[in-house]
Amino acid sequence: MLCDGCGKNQATVHLTEIVNDQMNELHLCEECARKKSQDVEQNFGLGDLLGGMADINKNEKDKEAVSIKCPNCGLTYADFRKIGRLGCGDCYNAFKKYLAPLLKRIHGSSQHVGKSPVFAKKTLGLKKGIDIQELRNKLQRAVEQEQFEEAARLRDQIKNLEVKGPEEGEADRKA
Amino acid sequence: MKINDLLSHGSEWLRGTGPNSDIVISSRIRLARNLFKISFPHWANKKQCEQVLTTVTDAVSKIALLKQTTVFNLSALDSIDKQFLVERHLMSHDHAQKSEGRAVIVDNEEIVSIMINEEDHLRMQVMQSGFNLYETWNIAGKIDDHLAKELPYAFLPDWGYLTACPTNTGTGMRGSVMLHLPALVMTRQVDRVLAAIAKLSFNTRGLYGEGTQALGNFFQISNQVSLGHGEEEIIGNINGIIRQIIEQEHQARELMFSKNRAMLEDKINRSFGILKSAYIISSQETIELLSLVRLGLDLGLIKHIDQARLNDLFISTQPAHLQKIENKKLTSEERDVKRAQIIRKRLGVSN
Ligand SMILES: [Zn+2]
Ligand SMILES: [Zn+2]
Repeated sequence: MLCDGCGKNQATVHLTEIVNDQMNELHLCEECARKKSQDVEQNFGLGDLLGGMADINKNEKDKEAVSIKCPNCGLTYADFRKIGRLGCGDCYNAFKKYLAPLLKRIHGSSQHVGKSPVFAKKTLGLKKGIDIQELRNKLQRAVEQEQFEEAARLRDQIKNLEVKGPEEGEADRKA
Repeated sequence: MKINDLLSHGSEWLRGTGPNSDIVISSRIRLARNLFKISFPHWANKKQCEQVLTTVTDAVSKIALLKQTTVFNLSALDSIDKQFLVERHLMSHDHAQKSEGRAVIVDNEEIVSIMINEEDHLRMQVMQSGFNLYETWNIAGKIDDHLAKELPYAFLPDWGYLTACPTNTGTGMRGSVMLHLPALVMTRQVDRVLAAIAKLSFNTRGLYGEGTQALGNFFQISNQVSLGHGEEEIIGNINGIIRQIIEQEHQARELMFSKNRAMLEDKINRSFGILKSAYIISSQETIELLSLVRLGLDLGLIKHIDQARLNDLFISTQPAHLQKIENKKLTSEERDVKRAQIIRKRLGVSN
């Protein structure tokens, strides 16, 4: 079998590549396989990204979007489109309008659920939804590990929070 | 710890112990974290990279959990050293291409490694043998909590941990499990199984991470999505998938064992035979054959060799490991000869 990449060498590496729902079989020589693995590594997720951006171009005025510049690091939206990487944490705020739909496209959601750094918990406060979600995670884990008593306790806690809102729920938990 | 000290003990991920270790090689959690207001590594200047390096290594030195660690500055390592760490899964291939302002911190047990200034300022990895993602996550989460007290992370309540690539935003977490699926490959079911996984937003990769081929029937399954689901929920989902794959591999092994035992024994023993008698062998052929011998050991069709010794061969036959063992640079041809020699010796064949 000849290499799918160069069509010259014998294919010795058989690669199964899965991109979104599509599975591709690739038969490559060792040299092309090495090149390919570097490509994939560099472009990982870029297909999704560019797909997301193509839509933005249709809907928004291109010039407006690409000229936005992060005040902290100086990266422009045009830079981001070119390299597929943001420049610093502040870029997320600078490009917020365009990143929100992009994140949604990549992850199917644009709301973080899960842990937060200790300082964020103290200073930024937590949304009720996130708190409940954390408990739901714990519940799922308890069920998986067959810790049914713990699971029942967590289920009640979640119910409590859902009905009463975070403050009262918090008071209940301490009681 | 010096880099050569790593040679004297086996890699954590090849210890061959832990739950379901006949099929699951290792469990790994990776967390991506960045520092507030500082440019991500690809966009940072040299001074900023150095600053991150100092800040992170200082923070690590304050954490009791990370007392038994060594900082390897990449600018102080040669290309064989770097490749050696890649082969041990302690850093990525990408990271190994860099040097100035880059480092990897490794704990003496090789369970924890922290790449500094890879794609993100920090890439923490915790790796354990066997099917053990929750425990692995507990360790990673604890280290992350300690680091969060020392380091101002880039974080937004709505979007979580902010990463250089938006595909990692949110939890910044990638959970991955490495599986050995020879029976699913031999019975030609693996494509169907992997296609089903892909529909559920999971990635499949080969032995050496992103973009590498599925060599020697090793597959690495990981989550694709990191925003909108909590860490434990993501891990629960991975675990569910892995449990199904383990079950299917078990069934395929039983099926072959009962219906096609002669073929199975033939394949396994031929592989063993080649390994014991070859004088020139590539690393790819080695891994393919070791995979079948490992299956033989799991099924009790091969005895008289030690699982740990077999596992060690997967790694000590890799190019940089061979050169470390020999303590000199070897050409590809020289390596193929040396590799065959080491395998013959380790499998108990004289000369
Ligand atoms: Zn080729
Ligand atoms: Zn920025």
